[in-house]
Amino acid sequence: MAKAPSAHAPAPAAAAAPHHELSKEQLRAIFRSMLLQRTVDNRGFQLNRQGKIPFAAGSEGHEAVQAGTGMAFQRGRDLLFPYYRDVGLCMASGFPTIEVFYSLFARAKDNGGGRQFPSHLTKKSAGIYSFSSIIAGHMTHAVGAAYALKYRNEHDRVAICTFGEGATSEGEWHEAMNFAGVQRLPIVFVCENNQWAISTPQEKQMAVKDVAIKAAGYGMEGVIIDGFDPIAVYDAVTTAREKAVSGGGPTLIEAKCYRFLSHTTDDDDRTYRSKEEVESHRKDDPVPRFERWLVEHGIVSPADVEALKKDVLREVNECTDAAEAEPYPQASELYTNLVEGAWEPWQ
Amino acid sequence: MAVTTETTVMNNVEAVRTTLYEALKNDSRTLIMGEDVGPRGNVFLITKGFLDEFGPQRVLDTPLAEASIVGIAVGMAMEGLRPIAEIQFADFIFPAFNQIVGEAAKTRYRSNGDFTCPLVIRTPYGGGVRGSLSHSISVEALFYHVPGLKIVAPSTPADMKGLLNAAIDDPDPVLYLEHKKTYRLIKGEVPGGHYTIPIGKAAVRREGHQLTVVSYGLNVHQALEAANQLEADEALKVEVIDLRSIRPMDKQTILASVRKTRKLMIIHEDNKFGGIGAEISAMVAEEALFDLDAPICRLCGPDVPPMGYALPLEEEFMISTERMKQRMREMVKF
Ligand SMILES: Cc1ncc(C[n+]2csc(CCOP(=O)(O)OP(=O)(O)O)c2C)c(N)n1
Repeated sequence: MAKAPSAHAPAPAAAAAPHHELSKEQLRAIFRSMLLQRTVDNRGFQLNRQGKIPFAAGSEGHEAVQAGTGMAFQRGRDLLFPYYRDVGLCMASGFPTIEVFYSLFARAKDNGGGRQFPSHLTKKSAGIYSFSSIIAGHMTHAVGAAYALKYRNEHDRVAICTFGEGATSEGEWHEAMNFAGVQRLPIVFVCENNQWAISTPQEKQMAVKDVAIKAAGYGMEGVIIDGFDPIAVYDAVTTAREKAVSGGGPTLIEAKCYRFLSHTTDDDDRTYRSKEEVESHRKDDPVPRFERWLVEHGIVSPADVEALKKDVLREVNECTDAAEAEPYPQASELYTNLVEGAWEPWQ
Repeated sequence: MAVTTETTVMNNVEAVRTTLYEALKNDSRTLIMGEDVGPRGNVFLITKGFLDEFGPQRVLDTPLAEASIVGIAVGMAMEGLRPIAEIQFADFIFPAFNQIVGEAAKTRYRSNGDFTCPLVIRTPYGGGVRGSLSHSISVEALFYHVPGLKIVAPSTPADMKGLLNAAIDDPDPVLYLEHKKTYRLIKGEVPGGHYTIPIGKAAVRREGHQLTVVSYGLNVHQALEAANQLEADEALKVEVIDLRSIRPMDKQTILASVRKTRKLMIIHEDNKFGGIGAEISAMVAEEALFDLDAPICRLCGPDVPPMGYALPLEEEFMISTERMKQRMREMVKF
């Protein structure tokens, strides 16, 4: 992919031509995923402002890393351990859009029964593992699941675990990386480095410029990529995946991106970062950037783009309406599914 | 090691060891993980020889990192394995608190049943073994507040096996507490073959109509000795209940006994304030206050960190059988 001058300029090695070709159809699918993620994001914030939902977490700026990773994820085989900013990744990995809206509206049909915040998606049948909200708490789960794959000699399967750069400060992050390295587990770690953890910038989070160099401490390869470039992301995750399935162990991929919106609808980023900073990154916005590239390379026409955008908006509108019309869980659902059967039956 | 179908006399360590061995033998999804469980065979030699027979994948020496021991086990459990994780000493379980309380106990609930977490966390706890400040503590009260987390603390070899089997078979996370002092001290008959003792069922170890004593772990054995002596020497009839499961708690057995004896005493080594006895007392006060003929008595570890290394400090912390006798006598006579 031709690169415009970018704050996210990748390390020279990653700028080389991709090793894994994508078909036109796949490129269009990636673009659709990115559009869908952006549209769902906007809808979440809109619904919050309309007072229809109490909370939404956006992911603008993460579209390329998530669509690229989702394309590399092998449905029906791989296990995904996402975090709360990964609605786009989940959808790109097979999570139905309508179910995102059940989660946004906390409807009974939500896979988690409306118990968790929106964006904390779960769908075992799609290989998408439940995330608790505890930053880095899912890292060891991904590692344990990768151990299970190896234990059962399921050689064509990997776990993919994503997180922000803030998560890399947690002790559990390091424990998970360490074990994955010691056991050479089939796992791909993808850091969506958006440079901010709520209001804490990366330089207050760690004393190094790149998350990827932390990989060295765990005997695994660290790779830095332009997280605004979905093709580079796809390529890096696919390469790491191939290494993992062939017994080469884990990889830490650092996709440098940016968080365009506030942390969530409950946050106001104007209190801790400048408009200018955000705008400077917006210039590289991965969605229009990829759109231009696709048009320039004749993969889509401007008319195709318009049709695609209309179709995505239609899907999101339909899902919004359908989910909103669904009922909440019954209050009695508070007491179910704590353990199998009844918990302290005398209560 | 061989699997036997015959009843055998063994101590608590041997009961745990036998049960773990049979679990590995019977179900390829089970594996043991923790610090020094491999060539060393665990610091109490519980898994000695397992590595040779089952290999390093199933007898997994982990890095020295408790949060990940439990967290990785959670991931394995979510992905269909049946991990039996070991925390070398209960005193070192705190780094894993996040994973036990925040993750394991909530996995099923937060995903509304989409994922489950069939996981056993075993850990030796308790004092009286010159374990000092950092190898002696009881941790049950720090966990029993947590809905969805089962906690068992068996006291006899037969229960060690039956409850460990139940914990391994259980589709939800279970914290399995082994009192260190009972490891080699307590011996008893253990049936051969696979059997379970239901989690959440207490056992009336000794019948009596003048006082109900509820206890668990090492203290049960002392309470039984005290009650036996009181009967032999003074014809006092004390009922002793071995709680076995701390959560879910067997409310019915406690209430039925208290309604019969009309007096309740709770004995545990763990600190008194906010301990298991506090919950039992509150529960009995709510449900059976007017059945009581005496104030509830809690004989517990003092509210200082357990427990000094120097012998007098340890002895002062631990509850002696003599003290149990004295309080039981006072309660019966009240
Ligand atoms: C263990 C823990 N501590 C604190 C929080 C509160 N919190 C939620 S998100 C967040 C920042 C996370 O930043 P990062 O990992 O970089 O991911 P990002 O939100 O930037 O995508 C914090 C501190 C939490 N959820 N979990």
